[in-house]
Amino acid sequence: MKKILCLVLAACVLFAFAACGSKSEESNRELNVLNWGEYIDPDLIEEFEEQTGIKVNYIEMTSNEEMLIKLRSSDSNYDLCFPSDYIIEQMIREDMLIPLDYSKIPNAENIDPKMKEITNAFDPGNKYSLPYMWGTVGILYNTTMVDEPVDSWGILWNEKYAGKIWMYDSVRDTIGITLKYLGYEMNTRSEAEVAEARDLLIAQAPLRKGFGTDNMRTSMVNGKAAIAVIYSGDAFACIDENPDLAYVVPKEGSNVWFDNVVIPKSAKNVDAAHMFINFLNDAENATRNTEYICYSTPNKAAMDRLSEDFTEDETYNPPQEILDRCEVFHDLGEFVEVYNAAWSKIKASN
Amino acid sequence: MKRKFFAYPYIVWMILFIAVPMLFIFYYAFNVDGEWTTEKFLQTMKDPDNWRILWISIEFAFGTTAICLLLGYPIAYILSNMKRSVAGFISVLFFVPMWMNFVLRTYAWSAIIEYAIPELFGVTGSLTDTASGRTIAVLLVLVYDFLPFMVMPLYNTLSKLDKSLIEASRDLGANGVTTFFRVVLPLSVPGIVSGITMVFVPSITAFTVPALIGNGAYMLYGNKIETAITSAAGYHRNDYSVGSTLSIILLLCIVISTLIMNHFDKDKEGGSIL
Repeated sequence: MKKILCLVLAACVLFAFAACGSKSEESNRELNVLNWGEYIDPDLIEEFEEQTGIKVNYIEMTSNEEMLIKLRSSDSNYDLCFPSDYIIEQMIREDMLIPLDYSKIPNAENIDPKMKEITNAFDPGNKYSLPYMWGTVGILYNTTMVDEPVDSWGILWNEKYAGKIWMYDSVRDTIGITLKYLGYEMNTRSEAEVAEARDLLIAQAPLRKGFGTDNMRTSMVNGKAAIAVIYSGDAFACIDENPDLAYVVPKEGSNVWFDNVVIPKSAKNVDAAHMFINFLNDAENATRNTEYICYSTPNKAAMDRLSEDFTEDETYNPPQEILDRCEVFHDLGEFVEVYNAAWSKIKASN
Repeated sequence: MKRKFFAYPYIVWMILFIAVPMLFIFYYAFNVDGEWTTEKFLQTMKDPDNWRILWISIEFAFGTTAICLLLGYPIAYILSNMKRSVAGFISVLFFVPMWMNFVLRTYAWSAIIEYAIPELFGVTGSLTDTASGRTIAVLLVLVYDFLPFMVMPLYNTLSKLDKSLIEASRDLGANGVTTFFRVVLPLSVPGIVSGITMVFVPSITAFTVPALIGNGAYMLYGNKIETAITSAAGYHRNDYSVGSTLSIILLLCIVISTLIMNHFDKDKEGGSIL
């Protein structure tokens, strides 16, 4: 009797697993997209679903590191994701990506060649990735709360603004700008330099309000904080809501970043993924998308369609002299462990 | 025979969702990229930062439990002396907020602390601007979240208390205070024990509250584990050693604290976790 019961139960468990397995057969009508929160115009997803009959599952992530962990897991089934520059370089090194088939992405020619030149730094010839959005890292500040001119990262250590300073909850950005402030390179592989940046950030602990991501936008718009380290796209959206805010890329230099679209090796539906990339790069769609997200588009055809409110704005469309003092993040290889260890120490300093 | 049959799904459940994940924790603590190593484990054990944060978390859990007990006992006592229908109604009111999701309630508190309270007093700054303010805010929300877990077991024990014992005590000349400390309090120990366990264990592992209320800059042990796991996106593909080691330490802390609490509640009257 006991044995029969065991067998029945074992069969049930097996059956449950088998049911999970057979689900993947139907999945060629589904597209699993892993992207940042609020990083696509939801109307576009609906239109794509209507046009193609493919169901899009939009899964959100909050950091590049989280995305990498999700993609590394053996049962990951994401067809498309939108990592940043240095992570793409790491994913190429770890052989996690499928090369793009440009015959299926005719709209790729809409991408500005100037942008492709910058992205060559981490993905030569855009073999695996196509720029989706880009921008800079800088300081968003409230002009009614900050008296002095803001042109340096140094203001993040100004005790006058204690409790009113938001930092970004991201290891590379936060340590990177501190390295820049100290006069070092953002991609440094010197343990002493990283340690110096770490100690400076630990000393900053009593001054900062917190490490934010999307929550600091609300806080800045409502005048709850004076200064925030932020991506240019978010800054642009905040200034639109509260004209007292201003954005600056400090004189010490900063980071110019790219979020590119890639197809991971785990993709089950490579054709649909290409269709979606092509759909996003359509001039009209790319225009609507950038208008919704407020992040800068690398799509030249879309730039031509945008109003002057976008193209003439230095936050949205930074002039060359700002870009000249910005660096692209690179994959650090094994040295990333040093950054991660420093980050743990910084986050633990409360 | 029949009873055993009903136990099987439970055993399968236990194996799949409790035993197997625990084995994984131990596996990953000593295994990096498929290679067995104790180097990372020892490194984590030696890091004074981890122990400092564990100690802060234990302090927080003690604080939350103590405040919950001090607030919860009088509430439960008053409830147990009310008419049953009234007490039932009030305890439902107590539980109504718990029908809402825990994370949503925490978000609501974040808005109250960040916007509503400063608005009320007409100031721009908020409690969470400073580290000490964040400590108070996190404690406040933890107490709010866990108070019902303290009140309910206490109320259960106190309302089952035989009233004739109290009458006997008064008959024999003890005043109200003596009766409370010599009769009511000792008899309610099982409720106190299970209340403490129900509050202490979740508050030592609290993760959402410090993350949301503390602006991502307040680190308790749960948040430490989270950072350890997310920064595992390093050079090694499968390096969860730090997070797993920290989890093992936390697991031991909980087992020890539960064993201590069970020691006080030999009759298992209030019901307990282990």
